[in-house]
Amino acid sequence: MVELSREQIEKLKQLGRVQKENLLKVGEAFKDEVQKYIASIYTCNATGCHSGGAGNVIEAFKESLETFGLQDKVRMVATGCMGLCASGPLARVEIKGREPFLYKQVTPDVARLIVSEHIAPTLEKGTSEPLKLSKYLQGKELSLKLPFFTKQKKVVLKNLGHSDPENLGEYVALGGYQALMKCLEMKPEEVLEIIKKSGLRGRGGAGFPTGKKWEMLASAPLVDGEKFIVCNGDEGDPGAYMDSCILGGGAHQVLEGMMIGAYATGATSVWFYIRAEYPLALQRVELAIKQAKKHGILGRNIFGSNFNFMADLRYGAGAFVCGEETALLESLEGQRGTPHPRPPYPTQKGLFGKPTAINNVETLANIAPIILNGPEWFSSVGTATSKGTKVFALTGKVNHSGLVEVPMGTTVGEMVNEVGGGTSSGKPFKAVQTGGPSGGVIPASHLDMPLCYEELKKIGSMMGSGGMIVMDHDDSMVEIAKFYLNFTVDESCGKCAPCRIGGYQMLQLVKKIAEGKGTQEDLALIEQIGNAMKRGALCGLGQTAPNPVLSTIRFFHDEYEALIQQATEKKQAEQKLKGEISKLENEMTKLETQKPVTGAGCNVNCTKR
Amino acid sequence: MIKLKIDGVNVEVPKGTTILNAAKKIQVDIPTLCYHPDLHPRASCGICVVKVNGKMLRACCTPVENGMDIITRDPEIIETRRTILKLELSHHPNECLTCIRNECCELQSLASTFGLRERTFRNIIPSKEIMPADDSTKCIVLDPRKCILCGRCVEVCQTIQNVWALAFLDRSIDTHVAPAGNLPLADTPCIKCGQCTAHCPTGALSEYDNSEEVWSMLQNPEYHTIAQIAPAVRVSLGEAFGLEPGTVTTGKIYAALRRLGFKTVFDTNFGADVTIMEEGSEFVERLTKGNGVLPMITSCCPAWVDYMEKFYPDMIPHFSSCKSPHAIVGALSKTYYADKIGVDAAKMKVVSVMPCTAKKFEVIRSKEMFSSGYQDVDVSLTTREIARMIKQAGIDFINLPEEQADSPLGEYTGAGTVFGFSGGVMEAALRTVHYLVTGQEMAEKDLEVKPILGIDKGIKEMSMNLDGKEIRIAVAHGTGNVGTVLNRVREALKKGEEPPYHFIEVMACNGGCIGGGGQPRGVTNEVRMARMKGLMSDDKHSEFRCSHQNPDIQKLYKEFLGTPLSNKSHHLLHTHYEPILLYKYHPELKK
Repeated sequence: MVELSREQIEKLKQLGRVQKENLLKVGEAFKDEVQKYIASIYTCNATGCHSGGAGNVIEAFKESLETFGLQDKVRMVATGCMGLCASGPLARVEIKGREPFLYKQVTPDVARLIVSEHIAPTLEKGTSEPLKLSKYLQGKELSLKLPFFTKQKKVVLKNLGHSDPENLGEYVALGGYQALMKCLEMKPEEVLEIIKKSGLRGRGGAGFPTGKKWEMLASAPLVDGEKFIVCNGDEGDPGAYMDSCILGGGAHQVLEGMMIGAYATGATSVWFYIRAEYPLALQRVELAIKQAKKHGILGRNIFGSNFNFMADLRYGAGAFVCGEETALLESLEGQRGTPHPRPPYPTQKGLFGKPTAINNVETLANIAPIILNGPEWFSSVGTATSKGTKVFALTGKVNHSGLVEVPMGTTVGEMVNEVGGGTSSGKPFKAVQTGGPSGGVIPASHLDMPLCYEELKKIGSMMGSGGMIVMDHDDSMVEIAKFYLNFTVDESCGKCAPCRIGGYQMLQLVKKIAEGKGTQEDLALIEQIGNAMKRGALCGLGQTAPNPVLSTIRFFHDEYEALIQQATEKKQAEQKLKGEISKLENEMTKLETQKPVTGAGCNVNCTKR
Repeated sequence: MIKLKIDGVNVEVPKGTTILNAAKKIQVDIPTLCYHPDLHPRASCGICVVKVNGKMLRACCTPVENGMDIITRDPEIIETRRTILKLELSHHPNECLTCIRNECCELQSLASTFGLRERTFRNIIPSKEIMPADDSTKCIVLDPRKCILCGRCVEVCQTIQNVWALAFLDRSIDTHVAPAGNLPLADTPCIKCGQCTAHCPTGALSEYDNSEEVWSMLQNPEYHTIAQIAPAVRVSLGEAFGLEPGTVTTGKIYAALRRLGFKTVFDTNFGADVTIMEEGSEFVERLTKGNGVLPMITSCCPAWVDYMEKFYPDMIPHFSSCKSPHAIVGALSKTYYADKIGVDAAKMKVVSVMPCTAKKFEVIRSKEMFSSGYQDVDVSLTTREIARMIKQAGIDFINLPEEQADSPLGEYTGAGTVFGFSGGVMEAALRTVHYLVTGQEMAEKDLEVKPILGIDKGIKEMSMNLDGKEIRIAVAHGTGNVGTVLNRVREALKKGEEPPYHFIEVMACNGGCIGGGGQPRGVTNEVRMARMKGLMSDDKHSEFRCSHQNPDIQKLYKEFLGTPLSNKSHHLLHTHYEPILLYKYHPELKK
């Protein structure tokens, strides 16, 4: 680092002050602008709702507002994910002085009705009169008092359904980049201490303490003047989409988290690694980087400090294994994405051989709130070892399915019955699958199990990225196991033998059982392969790939047994039938040989000739 | 030093040692499959798992740490290793009896060690028809069905050789090693160095076997069969019969070749002496008369020739036009020798025994390889093939009496024999160049040019005084190291500066031919060193140590060639080079 003269430092500080003021002004300007509105319509335009037609809904809202001449009174916002994805497109109407109101399954027609029947009359008559929902809109409202909403505690998703993700001013007005400004006035070690004290653990799966990881990076010396932080946005679990939504709705929050990490660890630049199948996330991150550069948040001497910093974006080509940190680094370098052994850990030798910390999207989104609210605030939520909140993608046969953020330690029962509102079929709840293809099942008998890293691991599953699939009585657990194993077998990078061959062979055996052709020996072989994979596979994905199978065997052994029993009975019946047939055949031949051969008109028994 | 405990025994090893090597210190041999001491551990197979403080880790790639408590075997570890091995076998053909690696396969011996008596899992390897072997190069055979994806070949091809012909393609159970786009190996940047075959643990990558062809030549009474052996073969062939690496077995090899039925046995070392006469003279011409460009680069390694034609075609004028020693012996056999003994060259069959797979390609690489009017060398065998032939013939190699090579292409000098290791060609050349320039023999003490010998460094440099002129020299081995040297030259030439070197020696394989792709397997730096020492002692014990002193060489020039670089020499002993595309154009791939 170049030594600066006193005048230069003064000048920098001056420049920094101006930069800070300018940024805060952007926030103030936003506040001033929204002052003029007396109502707002927030329409979820995240991937799920967007594909459900949110784009047309937004257009319909705009048109209607213009028809009623309300475009200057009502603010129209296309937001990030609101959470209750299965009921999308969602729209939230907020009128000053009134309770917010949420509509589900909004179509362009419904949108027009919302304006004509709800917003326009209310604005006309004033807010003193209670709202009477017109008959056309009945059945479209969603109570915000649902446990789905009240049970949640939003830290990461806080701004997501409630702000314009493309508006830097709004982010700043909501307190954005103030955590970074606060950090730049502290020493890096102090920032590190806060994160360590908060007890934040990696949200990508294994739950490694973030403070510890950053400390390792901070203590690693620069290589060729560089070290990095990488944001792992290569979410690949079937059913999990929280990273996509966080990036799509709160790219600035993630970027701010990364920058705080970089300041705390001395990293010189950050890389976003986001899968190419997330166009919205990519677009928003790109925009966030552009805005940040424009406002001096990225670049040299940020806010007058000695901190220089750049961010870059790379597309992942969609291989599941590239979410594994060492494979991700290979992919970032332009190589075939295959994991390599640790140690050396990426914090010692990572991207291009330089120290690198790889953090999950959700982890990074937690950083700024921790800095702003203090580590005690964060660690007051959660269990003894799992602090804070966790975002889950609650899906499957559940009434309210979507993206939810709950305090760590929320029980399975609370998640399924309260947040999820019970099974959608009304049939008895059977199990939830957590942790995606690396996880396992939690049976109904464990409804009071708290959701945290340790408990999930104990039961043979894992936190994973937070996928949570609810199953009812009709679901076959063997099929579930087959589905996940099929996924990991297909996505195996092919490098290590236990995963490449073991997974494939195990899948053949599971298929055999599912088809009703399995035997007890097959079950024993599955466990044998499973153990070898757990112990011998090179990376976390291979080691956890047998989890869905092993955990269903553990908790739903009877289902496997039943299929095997069926196969045995079928086989026995076949054999019995075969035996009877051959017995009959034998008798037939016997009869035929005993039958006297007689010629025409000859009465002599020929056999005696 | 790091202190740790392995199986309850205290061990102290230097920092950076792996668990695998630390265990060796206390006589614990942890089984491995994908690991090769020559290469960076890829840690793919999982056979070497051990428990470190209760956690399963791979011994091959995990560095030791203070206070580690390691268990290398317990029922759980053994069970894991056995299951992995069973899984490997389920994705491998059951064709050991007819496999080129029968009895020398690392997978086979592991299966034997672990006492696997049945195939627990259903075999899932596709048939030969679905997954055919690639023998397009006629040097190297890639049989993907036998591949266990250890990744040694890819590591050596990409990292050590910097050729990048082999890569991993596809994923999951379909993952396989192949050239990009599944092209035939012959249409790729492959330089046929054969390092992949020398490192492969199974029969997935092996030499193209020409021994059947040679057997039928030997059986044909009409043919006058001639054998010749390369410098590096004499210090490695013994390994196939249980001798220590580096044991010099020249006399026994001559005897074995005669017993196999070869009518004449020559020595490629003689050809190396001729190479020095030609190449040395060429260098002196370029240096003193400005007849050609500098630096001059040696050309006796066919894999290197291929590499340069593909990767550095702009450097072609820098190449010595001299052929490699075995091609020279081939050409002289079918002209000089054929005339001498009055045999029709058409009936002559020359077989060269080489440490190299690329030589199989070299014998037909250009029209100059047919300078005698016939194919100068008919077949090139690797050390591994000749070892199998000797075993097949039931020859008790170790107890064979020593014999002499035949005249006139059998007598060699120490300079010829040092061709077998990195720096040797340069050393041999300098001995003669010194004589050609100064008219005086090099002093005995200067004969071994220390800075360019040895295998620790991939690039060796030195400068020496030759008749008052400073000569700068570079020696590189392993094609991965060549780039640095050539890029320096390129840069200087681009800037119009004086090139950093006058003379450059390159050998494609690490350590030179002693570590060649056709040599007995299991090569490590220790083995390379031992083979190199064997050749050095052969040099030391030679009557003549400079090529120009060889009486048969003097006779050859007097009787037949005239002078080095004469017209006849140029016709028989020199060749030319052409740029080659890295990938042959495949129009069907455009779709």
